[in-house]
Amino acid sequence: DSGTGLHHCGEMFRAVFRLSATGARTPVATRCYSHGKVESDEEFDARWVTYFSKPDIDAWELKKGMNTLIGYDLVPEAKILDSALRACRRLNDMASAIRILEAIKDKAGPHKDIYPYLIQELKPTLTELGISTPEELGMDRL
Amino acid sequence: MLRLVSGRVSGLLARRVTPAVCTSSARPASHGHDVSPAVDMSRPMYWDRRDVPLPDRPFRDELSAGDKSLKEKEKGSWKQLSNEEKIALYRLSFNQTYAEMKRPSAEWKTVLGGVFIFLGFTGLVVWWQRVYVYPPAPRTFDPEWQQKQVQRMLDMRVNPVEGFSAKWDYEKKQWK
Repeated sequence: DSGTGLHHCGEMFRAVFRLSATGARTPVATRCYSHGKVESDEEFDARWVTYFSKPDIDAWELKKGMNTLIGYDLVPEAKILDSALRACRRLNDMASAIRILEAIKDKAGPHKDIYPYLIQELKPTLTELGISTPEELGMDRL
Repeated sequence: MLRLVSGRVSGLLARRVTPAVCTSSARPASHGHDVSPAVDMSRPMYWDRRDVPLPDRPFRDELSAGDKSLKEKEKGSWKQLSNEEKIALYRLSFNQTYAEMKRPSAEWKTVLGGVFIFLGFTGLVVWWQRVYVYPPAPRTFDPEWQQKQVQRMLDMRVNPVEGFSAKWDYEKKQWK
């Protein structure tokens, strides 16, 4: 899916966090590729939510999906992460759920306000599933 | 002398004959005592990488009885798990946390120290060269010669408009 890879290069937060002060986002129409339909943010999000929502998702698919998603130049939306965390629940994989939270905090990089926002958005899911954040477990410190 | 050399050569040849081509996973216990255990590259590998959050296999493959019962408990509601159990489950699957992966090292001190050591050593070499290698300075560097040279330049009116002689006050016979 190299088209979507190119699509995301050079722009952070494409699918998330309209509160950020990084200024105007470039409208999608001015991207310069030679061909190919442009996927909107909503389509991207929906595609990934569907991917993780597969009822009989297997461990490999979860790993592949997460590793690919983290490879993109963006921090995933809360709804994608919610879907991924529920996939962890179906796979009885608590460790991966915590790992995912660590990964998105790392993904946000210097933008320290993204992770607390995402945790706030995911709080209902975290309490419902009983997932502790790395901070609650003291794993964010050495 | 010739015998010694031939003895050495035959020793080398003899060593080469012993099979050195053990496959990594089949290395018998009698070989390679000083070598670290070879990694089986034919199986999926584990690594801690920031950009690959979920590696190909869990960190710990072989689980003790306690680990197995914890894994069973994981299949139920996660609210029953204590914090320690959650941490234990994490450590079964993963080696380092992101915080541990990203921890800063003190390598920069080694690098900077090495740089300064080599600069210092170079300085010593240059100093030694100055003392022992350089020939004596030419006589044109002597202060007396230099004085006469400056006087000659002023007499010749070297760069009288904006440069050398322009800075000399010919009436007062001093620098401006």
